[in-house]
Amino acid sequence: MKPINGPCAIGGDSLARWVHPGAWWIWALGLAFAASRTTNPFLLLAIVAAAGVVVYRRRPDAPWARSFSFFLILGCIIIAIRVVAQIILGASFGTVLVFQLPSIALPSFMAGLSFGGPVFLEALLAALYDGMRLAAIIACIGAANSLASPTRLLKSVPAALYEVGVAVVIAISFVPRLIEHVMSTRHTRKLRGRSTRGVRALAGSAVPVLHGALEGSVTLAAAMDSRGYGRKAPVSSLRRRTTSGAMLLGLVCVLVGTYGLLAPGMPSTLAIAFVVAGVGGALLGMWWAARATVRTVYRPDPWWAPEWLLLATSVVVVAAFWFVGATSPEALNPSTFPPSLPQLPVVCLVALIAAVTPGWFTPRPPMLTYTSRTVEVSA
Amino acid sequence: MIRFADVSFTYPDAAQPTIRHLSLDIPEGELTLVVGRTGSGKTTLLRAINGLVPHFTGGTLRGTISVAGRDTATHPPRELADVVGVVPQDPLSSFVTDVVEDELAYGMECLGLAPSVMRRRVEEVLDLMGIADLRDRPVTTLSGGQRQRVAIGAVLTSHPRVLVLDEPTSALDPGAAEEVLAALQRLVHDLGVTVVMAEHRLERVVQYADRVILVPGGDAPITWGEPAVMMLSTPIAPPVVHLGRLAGWNPLPLSVRDARRSAPALRTLLGGHTPHLRSVPASPTPVAQIESLTVRYGQRTALRDVSISLNVGTITALMGRNGAGKSTLLNALVGVVPRAAGTVTIDGRSPDSTRPGSLLSCVGLVPQEPADLLEAMSVADECRHADKDAGCEPGTTRATLALLAPEISDATHPRDLSEGGRLLLALAIMVAARPPLLLLDEPTRGLDYPTKHRLAGILRDLADAGHAVVMATHDVELAAEVADRVIVLADGEIVADGTTSDIVTSSPMFAPQVAKVLAPEPFLTVEQVRAALIEETA
Repeated sequence: MKPINGPCAIGGDSLARWVHPGAWWIWALGLAFAASRTTNPFLLLAIVAAAGVVVYRRRPDAPWARSFSFFLILGCIIIAIRVVAQIILGASFGTVLVFQLPSIALPSFMAGLSFGGPVFLEALLAALYDGMRLAAIIACIGAANSLASPTRLLKSVPAALYEVGVAVVIAISFVPRLIEHVMSTRHTRKLRGRSTRGVRALAGSAVPVLHGALEGSVTLAAAMDSRGYGRKAPVSSLRRRTTSGAMLLGLVCVLVGTYGLLAPGMPSTLAIAFVVAGVGGALLGMWWAARATVRTVYRPDPWWAPEWLLLATSVVVVAAFWFVGATSPEALNPSTFPPSLPQLPVVCLVALIAAVTPGWFTPRPPMLTYTSRTVEVSA
Repeated sequence: MIRFADVSFTYPDAAQPTIRHLSLDIPEGELTLVVGRTGSGKTTLLRAINGLVPHFTGGTLRGTISVAGRDTATHPPRELADVVGVVPQDPLSSFVTDVVEDELAYGMECLGLAPSVMRRRVEEVLDLMGIADLRDRPVTTLSGGQRQRVAIGAVLTSHPRVLVLDEPTSALDPGAAEEVLAALQRLVHDLGVTVVMAEHRLERVVQYADRVILVPGGDAPITWGEPAVMMLSTPIAPPVVHLGRLAGWNPLPLSVRDARRSAPALRTLLGGHTPHLRSVPASPTPVAQIESLTVRYGQRTALRDVSISLNVGTITALMGRNGAGKSTLLNALVGVVPRAAGTVTIDGRSPDSTRPGSLLSCVGLVPQEPADLLEAMSVADECRHADKDAGCEPGTTRATLALLAPEISDATHPRDLSEGGRLLLALAIMVAARPPLLLLDEPTRGLDYPTKHRLAGILRDLADAGHAVVMATHDVELAAEVADRVIVLADGEIVADGTTSDIVTSSPMFAPQVAKVLAPEPFLTVEQVRAALIEETA
């Protein structure tokens, strides 16, 4: 028998269900970690491709799922900016001259900065790889965003952190709302016979845009309050103060401990003791705080085999990149001086192939019974 | 159930209290309707019931309000969430989650109900509101009527004993409004929920009410009573009530059905009379031509092969379901949506090749949300900018505004104007440039009857002065009052196009109340009946 509060078959496909959003995030963060460890362009492309394949196969037909291409475009812009900045501003080094820009002599107080001048292949490659790394990390975050909506993730946040989580989600949703308002005010500016381009247009539309977006947030806050958001079980104020005290103290201990581990001067056993005590204190505080909230969760996303698969692939990817980084660092960070053809480490490739498997071995998202015809467009 | 004991409320920085010394009891299981002019304090009264006023808005509340025995002074909105469900004016901006099913569960999660209870209640409410087929739809993809039903369902899952709704039907087409009202009826009759609802479109709701609270605004006290008694004297009344008053029917009818039972005598009296219609120019001169226009948004075709010609001096009403393509047609006329095929010519020019600066001289659009248009810090500034944009004499816009709305003062911030005030200011900005074609998108949302009546007069004057006016509207009463021609759109295609009396009398959905009462006599408005009666006695 199905658990009463468990997931159910929707849309006639008995296998379709939402995969735990936390599992998607763990999987994506594993890829992002891998991307952060390497500047090898082939590996970075492989990481983005792996993320892209899974997104293509498993994203739901929902508005938030369309953000992946937006993140890809953002990545391309970042690469372009990085390379152009290198050409114009970077102090170029190397032996293979690509082309020569007219150089501008800067006054002496700006010594150390150069403007224009020769552009070498080595410097260009280094900038390109660097930009690609950041773009790949962003693509991984974008993949998580389209596979799991931030508000679904919120359901799995521990009760004690729920209110912080809500603040984050509202902050995230503020930006799309802002963009929506910018688009609509562009239209209305045109209606008034005003130019829709240029600095003055931007300044003119700032007031209605901010006003509209802010009003939206206030409406949302009022709606959440009237639906019971933030209800607390009756707890004495002493209990509440001890709880927050324990959490705060725990965090301070973690900070001190981490500092001790990184900086010399503190015995490492003491530092580790600080970290352990800190984590313990924080967990205790969270546990107490959770008992003071009355919140329950409707049909929580289960953590079954597909979620374990996502966790496992994430671990495999992290381990593979960590292992290759430790044993043959030049494979992850190919030399650009002198430029050499980057290799493709087999271990990393195998790990990335493992990371693509969730595209086939996780349940499909539910078919949303939604036809685009009924979308109301108020342009 | 809800008790106001000597309640006065003043907003922070307000000189005048919004509510004065109100003592009122709303018994359990009643459907109470709150009516009043725009900006008179209806919303304030509603929000006081669950404590959003003053916990959320600030301000000073004197006296006590208690709901199911809980004092709102000591219970913030979240502590009242299990007894009061509030459905705000704009459901979309108050949805907390992404998907309908999660939205229904949200309130229960906050209350900490057991998972098995939540599961059962979600299913029950999905059936009760008739939204079972929407359960996994993202909320942003819902149509207006669906949104409203989901918003009501989302508060019902917490089993509130009081349901508070702020203008639940004003943004809906007649069909969707009926769905929502039918659902509310079921709640009141079968579940004994106490419903408090504010609404401007009385023609849709007044016959369901057990009691009417009149919020006059200003210094006048709030009054309440039986609907038939309250409707005797107030200017805020639906056409059927005005007709009943004119004909001297007693008791005053509140629904079309009641009125029809009293109407045979009036029908015989009117037999042989024809209503006076506004004279439109005999030889039509087209201002704008739309030829086989098609508009697509991605995969979806919003308008399919539409051809219309719009004439000088006529008022045209665009009607149809939410999402039928009315707004898209208006937007295509000003060239802000890209055309997939077809041509639009206004005054010999194409709107999208026109420079923004000269667009105003051929077409003006008052958008659905007039506030989007306003960006200055005061009405006077707004008018000065408008003169500059349109390239007309300084002072033109201000003079136009003074004609349309003499009560609006120069120093007011446009955002502080009432809904009607903002609409008239936006209209003045558009009219000042004297565009031959004037478009209005859903102009009566949130307008009370007197303001609507004034708007109708203004539109008639503009048409007489030679403007071609097109308005997209769900308001059948407004269409009957001012439109010469009605175009009905469905799924992006024109399904009917003709004179107002031909189109609206033949449709059960778009017929105004007077036409329903007096059918088969061809009268559409109370004014037409009044004129015919005067003729009869003379």
